[in-house]
Amino acid sequence: MTVKDRGEIINYVQLEFLSVPENVSLSRVVVASFAAQLDLTLNDLEEIKVAVSEAVSNSIIHGYNNKPVGKVYVTVMRYEKELVIIVKDEGVGIKDVKKAMEAAYSTDPERMGLGFVFMKSFMDEVNVVSEPGKGTTVELVKKLELPKKTTGKQAPKE
Amino acid sequence: MKIQVEKLKDTLFLRLKGEFDMLTADEFRSAVDDHFDGKRVKNLILDISKVSFIDSSGLGAILARYKKIKQLNGNMVIVGAKPQVKRVLELSGVVKIIEVYDDEKSALMGLL
Ligand SMILES: Nc1ncnc2c1ncn2[C@@H]1O[C@H](COP(=O)(O)OP(=O)(O)OP(=O)(O)O)[C@@H](O)[C@H]1O
Ligand SMILES: [Mg+2]
Repeated sequence: MTVKDRGEIINYVQLEFLSVPENVSLSRVVVASFAAQLDLTLNDLEEIKVAVSEAVSNSIIHGYNNKPVGKVYVTVMRYEKELVIIVKDEGVGIKDVKKAMEAAYSTDPERMGLGFVFMKSFMDEVNVVSEPGKGTTVELVKKLELPKKTTGKQAPKE
Repeated sequence: MKIQVEKLKDTLFLRLKGEFDMLTADEFRSAVDDHFDGKRVKNLILDISKVSFIDSSGLGAILARYKKIKQLNGNMVIVGAKPQVKRVLELSGVVKIIEVYDDEKSALMGLL
């Protein structure tokens, strides 16, 4: 992953858990509680919950083949202008990340290939690094700097 | 997620409450299969007005059951969706496939 200089970390929380479905909602709740301390709208929090749910579910479903055999790490970090969430597994990895991130692409015929679509639409940045046999790391970024506009109009400039 | 079931002639009402993710998608799948496999139920009215969260695993489960019910010559419609759930339904394109109604009464009318 291209390590960006995001400035100083103001606060962070890290979770490590077994790859079981029960832990998906747990990680959502922890990240949302962390994010709720920041200047974000309720809509932002809902979006963050979906994005985290997608990344963690992918680690369990694809990374570890839906088996309780591996560890998932979720780190949520607050920088001055960004909220950064990192979801990491040591599972099977992804051969072609670009392809995996395409809409409707899935290696599972029962699935719709929407996980990355939601992550990309709900977050400001989605960065993925993966190596077959080693694992996958997904970085989700929500910008904090701009006050959220409630209308499409901008305040007139002087 | 809580699942409440009610049968009215050949139509099944499933009322979901809580969070619809990969864990609860399994509960949903078996609830539907229990009532459709080898039974006289044809249609499904899926009330999600009390679902507070949904992700792609929940959507996938809904869509898979929709296909199955259609194959069995039945129909399935969705009732109510909180704004955050509705956004996910819209973004996924599910609303273009499955009809969404505001309440159970209009859903039942829509099925006929
Ligand atoms: N952590 C991971 N480890 C291994 N493969 C992954 C991982 N995350 C994603 N993938 C691969 O990328 C593909 C696309 O992921 P995406 O979440 O967009 O869709 P999906 O999980 O297949 O379907 P959906 O999210 O709609 O249930 C997956 O099918 C899988 O092959
Ligand atoms: Mg997915």
